[in-house]
Amino acid sequence: MSIRKWLVPGLYILFLMLPIYWLLNMSFKTTNEILGGFSLWPQEFTTENYVAIFTDPTWYNGYINSLIYVLINTVISVSVALPAAYAFSRYRFLGDKHLFFWLLTNRMAPPAVFALPFFQLYSAVGLFDTYWAVALAHCLFNIPLAVWILEGFMSGVPKELDETAYVDGYSFWHFFGRIFIPTITAGIGVAAFFCFMFSWVELLLAKTLTSVAAKPIAATMTRTASSSGYELGLLAAAGALTIIPGAIVIWFVRNYIAKGFALGRV
Amino acid sequence: MITKTRNQKAWFLVLPVILLVAFNAIIPLMTVVNYSVQETFGDNLFFWEGVRWFEEVLHSPRFHEALVRQLTFTGIILLIEIPLGVMIALQMPRSGPWVSVCLVLMALPLLIPWNVVGAMWNIFALPDIGLLGRVLNATGLDYNFTRDPLAAWVTVILMDVWHWTSLVVLLAYAGLSSIPDAYYQAARIDGASRWAIFRYIQLPKMKRVLTIAVLLRFMDSFMIYTEPFVLTGGGPGNATTFLSIDLVKTALGQFDLGPAAAMSLIYFLIILLLSWLFYTLTMRNEGH
Repeated sequence: MSIRKWLVPGLYILFLMLPIYWLLNMSFKTTNEILGGFSLWPQEFTTENYVAIFTDPTWYNGYINSLIYVLINTVISVSVALPAAYAFSRYRFLGDKHLFFWLLTNRMAPPAVFALPFFQLYSAVGLFDTYWAVALAHCLFNIPLAVWILEGFMSGVPKELDETAYVDGYSFWHFFGRIFIPTITAGIGVAAFFCFMFSWVELLLAKTLTSVAAKPIAATMTRTASSSGYELGLLAAAGALTIIPGAIVIWFVRNYIAKGFALGRV
Repeated sequence: MITKTRNQKAWFLVLPVILLVAFNAIIPLMTVVNYSVQETFGDNLFFWEGVRWFEEVLHSPRFHEALVRQLTFTGIILLIEIPLGVMIALQMPRSGPWVSVCLVLMALPLLIPWNVVGAMWNIFALPDIGLLGRVLNATGLDYNFTRDPLAAWVTVILMDVWHWTSLVVLLAYAGLSSIPDAYYQAARIDGASRWAIFRYIQLPKMKRVLTIAVLLRFMDSFMIYTEPFVLTGGGPGNATTFLSIDLVKTALGQFDLGPAAAMSLIYFLIILLLSWLFYTLTMRNEGH
């Protein structure tokens, strides 16, 4: 392995890792040490920040809440996007192009625009402060994305597959569930990855739509920051822990991430 | 390309998507439209105002300033992230056991919640206890992003480059991976230069994914809210108050529903218009 070959990617990854290292460094320091001075690694190594998070329900429930609505959202988005993407990739129907474009425009809607109306809408239907409110609200940008990615993958599957199955006497749903879905598992993986990602990282809507029962970890962090003064060590540890679910998910789809958008049609 | 059959029953397959997205898109959008043409004094009393709020927003210097800041920010990050991402993707080896590890490490920033990104950069850049702030000040620069607008801008831009360049790298790398080896062999036989290979083989193959990259980066940077809000709070002063931050300040801070709604609609229309323009222009070039 020549060094020159890896120089640019290596430097770039170093740049990416520096702030993450700094966050980890802070998370193993006591708040006193953080405010007391500057050091490249913890002088009095402590895990008390992590212990505090894992023993306090208001903290660890935040992670559980976030994971629950992210998973609900991913399942809903991908399962309703599958038949729709199939329709877009195989059939022409009245208004199909306009419909596709309209779906994509929702990916362009700034969450800041929708925060207040969403609050009113979900309060009116009685879903405020539930996992469902956040999961459904995130469908606004995740469904269009899932349809877009899946449509790209499905268009890469030759139509002969469908025709042969119908000639063999398969009904539509039988063919769709038994033959078609298994052939595009990579696409489903990529779509699920991006749904997970955009739901996991979003804060504005998740914070607006919850108060206590379904409060996401990100909101717990912002509220702690303001209520209990400046507990940097605790905040850093909480932040460091939010990286883990994402890292696990990336590892599973590492061979497909790059393909995801490449196959989507513009 | 698949030839599609005409079948109106396909509507039933799309129906669940339409219902879910319409519930989330049309009802809130109509709420916004409703507010944008009315005045309220609380108690659910509304008065028709027509286009007054739209005129007010379009003529307000505050909106103009936020819009200019937003356009500058989006322009700068596109000019940095797209070329940088393409350059890194070109330097990546095309295969080998380490490529997966590299891709995973590069994708890591994309999966960090946005407020954590802001908080992380805050403690990374603080002049007294942050690594970046400390190093910059040690070199003799007077760097303090909470006081100096220029430093705040540099920090916000650096944060966005850190956060999103990997998306461009992943997309460009995907485009490059789809080029068959035979193309490179042919180019080598013809004695093509490095630049010629890039210009006539790699760039055309990346064009489609780069269009997606530019569109996504444009849309997302135009909607940016959480990261700069956590990092700088829109300050110092209003130096990093982008459109979304300004909008939330108006809507939730001052509770000016009418002007906030009018601003929302103008904001949304600007994103739609610019995305549509970019898309049409790229596609037209493709035609020639």
